[in-house]
Amino acid sequence: MRRGSHYVAEAGLELLSSSDPPAFASQSGWFTDLIRTIRDPEKPNTLEELEVVSESCVEVQEINEEEYLVIIRFTPTVPHCSLATLIGLCLRVKLQRCLPFKHKLEIYISEGTHSTEEDINKQINDKERVAAAMENPNLREIVEQCVLEPD
Amino acid sequence: MKDSLVLLGRVPAHPDSRCWFLAWNPAGTLLASCGGDRRIRIWGTEGDSWICKSVLSEGHQRTVRKVAWSPCGNYLASASFDATTCIWKKNQDDFECVTTLEGHENEVKSVAWAPSGNLLATCSRDKSVWVWEVDEEDEYECVSVLNSHTQDVKHVVWHPSQELLASASYDDTVKLYREEEDDWVCCATLEGHESTVWSLAFDPSGQRLASCSDDRTVRIWRQYLPGNEQGEVHYLSCRGGMQRLLTQWKCICTLSGFHSRTIYDIACLTGALATACGDDAIRVFQEDPNSDPQQPTFSLTAHLHQAHSQDVNCVAWNPKEPGLLASCSDDGEVAFWKYQRPEGL
Repeated sequence: MRRGSHYVAEAGLELLSSSDPPAFASQSGWFTDLIRTIRDPEKPNTLEELEVVSESCVEVQEINEEEYLVIIRFTPTVPHCSLATLIGLCLRVKLQRCLPFKHKLEIYISEGTHSTEEDINKQINDKERVAAAMENPNLREIVEQCVLEPD
Repeated sequence: MKDSLVLLGRVPAHPDSRCWFLAWNPAGTLLASCGGDRRIRIWGTEGDSWICKSVLSEGHQRTVRKVAWSPCGNYLASASFDATTCIWKKNQDDFECVTTLEGHENEVKSVAWAPSGNLLATCSRDKSVWVWEVDEEDEYECVSVLNSHTQDVKHVVWHPSQELLASASYDDTVKLYREEEDDWVCCATLEGHESTVWSLAFDPSGQRLASCSDDRTVRIWRQYLPGNEQGEVHYLSCRGGMQRLLTQWKCICTLSGFHSRTIYDIACLTGALATACGDDAIRVFQEDPNSDPQQPTFSLTAHLHQAHSQDVNCVAWNPKEPGLLASCSDDGEVAFWKYQRPEGL
């Protein structure tokens, strides 16, 4: 059983059979719903409230009949934001858990919005680095708090 | 083309987790797998199926990233995100952790035994490569800490017959090391990849080194020794103004346009390469029979889409049974394949 299915049930999203092409996949609003409530690691606001993510930050491409490439481009609040890597990690964790269909995920900082965006992009798209980071108990705790579904 | 790679079986090796790496023992009778569930499993055949013969579960506190068998087949080394490397001694179906190597500052990404069995190499996100010596009493001593890479080191592999070590890194380079006057030194840096180099494999003759990368290409490198027939000559100025001939490595082939996502692993047989890709596919390439050894060309002879339901992390050829290939994936499964060479080659 794929991990994705388990978290889908927790998130209360409808489970699709693999033969249903997710028609909503082309509607970016659907994706934004998954990420808009992620909390900023430092401030008492969501990423949407801080304009770190918005509907236009999601791009979806069809890889084949059953799989989609999802690309997220987020905008850190300031160009030297030290938490950009952490925000990238939260986006990845939330989407990996909640997307109910087969996907590949790429997360980038919107071009020109951060002083070390290439470095950060490389880290947050390196699945080995992401996996190791999530095994760090302190980091994991922060990420879990940020992605927790609001009551 | 698809018919040349036939599925023999699958096992749920690391359920609800990812399987990161596989290693066949030198006899080709056992396969070790390791994963995000912090366990190592040893697989063997029983009739037509693969069954789990041992589970090594008390060794590590975090993901086990790679495993490697000693050349004699009696020991297994495991590299973990918990910053340690365990050495396990085999006693029939039981494995006992006899030593834990510490020293790296953070995640150990790879471990490899030299063909002599007396040396071990490890590498880490701390950017270093460590060389360890083993003595007759199974005592391990670190004899060198190499800080040549500028970023996370992903993989280390030894040359099949020389005491030459290669490492692959997040800094987009491959580096080679040998012992010179009792010190381990970096003797070459291979540049060319445009992103993280994830894995390396020497071909069985040791004349070529293959690397695979996040830049979605495979590169083949060849060693040119001093006085080689291609007239390649390279010098290094040393203290005292004396000059020394270096061996040089040149990229003799680049395979691009075949992989649609990161290539996580590569495995070599004579004239054939298998790749593990983040697009869930396994590919096999073969060297064209009449190609120039200095500028070889390769053809894609097998492309298995959906070899797994998620990223393929590792491919490993069985050292004794020709054409037997094992693979593992983020979906936690290990699969076994039979590769049959296409007719006419």
